[in-house]
Amino acid sequence: MTSSLLSVTDLNVSFDTPDGVVRAVSDVSFTVSAGETLGIVGESGSGKSVTASSILRLNSSTNATTTGSAVLAGTDMLTCSDAEVRARRGSEVAMVFQDPLSALNPYYTVGRQIGEAYQVHHPDASKAEVRERVMDMLTKVGIPHPEQRVDEYPHQFSGGMRQRIVIAIALVNSPKLLIADEPTTALDVTVQAQILDLMLSLQAENKMAIILITHDLGVVAEVAQNVLVMYGGRIVERASVDALFDAPTHPYAWGLLGAVGSLDHNKRGELRTVIGTPPSLITLPPGCSFAPRCEYAHSVGSVCTTTVPMLRNIGHLGSFSACHMSDEQIIQIGSKVRA
Amino acid sequence: MISDFALEGIDLVKYFPTGRSGILGRARENVRAVDGVSLSLRRGTTLGIVGESGCGKSTLARVVTRLIEPTHGQILLDGEDITHASGKELRRMRTKIQMVFQDPYSSLNPRHSVGQIISAPLQVQKMKPVQGERQRVHEMMELVGLNPEHYNRYPHEFSGGQRQRIGIARSLILNPSIIVADEPVSALDVSIQAQILNLMAKLQETLGLSYVFIAHDLSVVHHIADEVAVMYLGKIVEMGPSNVVYSSPSHPYTKALLSAVPVADPKRHHRQDRIRLTGDVPSPVNPPSGCRFRTRCWLATEKCANEEPSLNPGGNGRLVACHYPLETPVSIGS
Repeated sequence: MTSSLLSVTDLNVSFDTPDGVVRAVSDVSFTVSAGETLGIVGESGSGKSVTASSILRLNSSTNATTTGSAVLAGTDMLTCSDAEVRARRGSEVAMVFQDPLSALNPYYTVGRQIGEAYQVHHPDASKAEVRERVMDMLTKVGIPHPEQRVDEYPHQFSGGMRQRIVIAIALVNSPKLLIADEPTTALDVTVQAQILDLMLSLQAENKMAIILITHDLGVVAEVAQNVLVMYGGRIVERASVDALFDAPTHPYAWGLLGAVGSLDHNKRGELRTVIGTPPSLITLPPGCSFAPRCEYAHSVGSVCTTTVPMLRNIGHLGSFSACHMSDEQIIQIGSKVRA
Repeated sequence: MISDFALEGIDLVKYFPTGRSGILGRARENVRAVDGVSLSLRRGTTLGIVGESGCGKSTLARVVTRLIEPTHGQILLDGEDITHASGKELRRMRTKIQMVFQDPYSSLNPRHSVGQIISAPLQVQKMKPVQGERQRVHEMMELVGLNPEHYNRYPHEFSGGQRQRIGIARSLILNPSIIVADEPVSALDVSIQAQILNLMAKLQETLGLSYVFIAHDLSVVHHIADEVAVMYLGKIVEMGPSNVVYSSPSHPYTKALLSAVPVADPKRHHRQDRIRLTGDVPSPVNPPSGCRFRTRCWLATEKCANEEPSLNPGGNGRLVACHYPLETPVSIGS
């Protein structure tokens, strides 16, 4: 048996819509161990958020079909009973969303909202105990003057402070896994730096695992140990963060890394781009979904447009890539991308 | 006389009165969104404006394009004062300066076809292109990389990146000399951002455009701007050639802002020596006395609270508003 905290296997999620079946996530498998930070990067519509919300079983609306398994500390979150899912939400796995304002209830004080999350899992806690825990959390997430601010409402806080409140709600039951879906996208850079620092220090404190969903490669480079790159609902590359930035192994990752502007003034000039636009998840192309935008697809041959490439280990790098190119080709091109 | 500058703003001020009125003798309060900003855009170049939300960069964009009238100050377009232009005069100046907006969804009318959207400025200006309106729109669509066959399609049939191309085509159809782009790529995915930035660079080269490029993303501005102005709470704190400001920031705020940007390279673990600003941006209704950055600045002294620093030359062609500018060039990144 593995020692992983979370093990997702062959996850498939599709949504039945009037326009057709949206294949949001296809054949996604990965693991997360305790204390690890896993980054999931990809553009809008690549399936990263649906993958994450499936772990909490938040997609169980009538038009969603989910298959596969997501075993969290011994329990399959996709097949266990509703009561079991409820028992684990918050206590074992918690989520932080992008927009802190819509994640908070404007009618309740922040103290009440943090306390409510605690009481769900500690129904016997006395009022005083709850209050103490709330104050404790406010201090932990760095809210100044907690004794005064605990009774204020969300609109009285700034964006960064609101996100701290959301993090306090997520962590009040000391979950083993925190899923953060674009937690800093709505924030300014100086505040983003504060929130990332906060998440890392809280992680160090209780060995929590973090799944960090982001479109920002800079954020991934700074906080994650391992990375999944998603495209068209599939994982196209799985690598350690060092390997991904040193020598990426998938043409889409090459394009993404080339498209990032730099603060280094020696590196100005035309940005590399990925031509075209991401595919529709209703009419995914047969074969590799990146093939229509891939500058190497024509040199590889028709296999790109007929067969879906499987994730495979590339050479000695320890990276996994879903590409039909030969290992030698991938290593050769990948090593030049960042040079 | 033709000025060297396509666009100049002199001591621009824009206050928005808050809802609280002067009843019961209480003084009316103002949001001081832009509070004494002077800038100049050299012909054929790009002036980048960066800053966090609420620093007044979008208000500044709306003031210099005369979408709103400044409370104070002067705007010169090709050396001509347009500060209080109205009616015919205002309409005429709009042919020279056009805007590209942030959100490619809300800035295009969903009930108008692409052809109608791109040709709308011609109707407003009552202009009849020699080659015919339809032909002119086709040319614009080709110029920005859209398929002219999509003339009759509607915005919802296009992706975010393509919609931004429609917005750019619309801004170019009057043949303006200046484009003010307010966060033109921040709603787009990274790979699409790069496409739009490259397109804008190409258009600048072929059409000789001058850009005012506003963004919160420092690496995007660095990529496209020749000069950069850093704003904080309605004021410019540092301004100068982009490579100078980025490679050796002189104002503490510029330095903190640059060091907060996550670097897409795990080997540069600069999280350790990052400058961590504490707290939030103060309210623009009651900005701090003296230097507005002093409440978050690690170098602030009493002088900063009492005396407001003015924008002074700070070496290598830059201007900086700080009593204690950083002297040693700090190289970012390497």
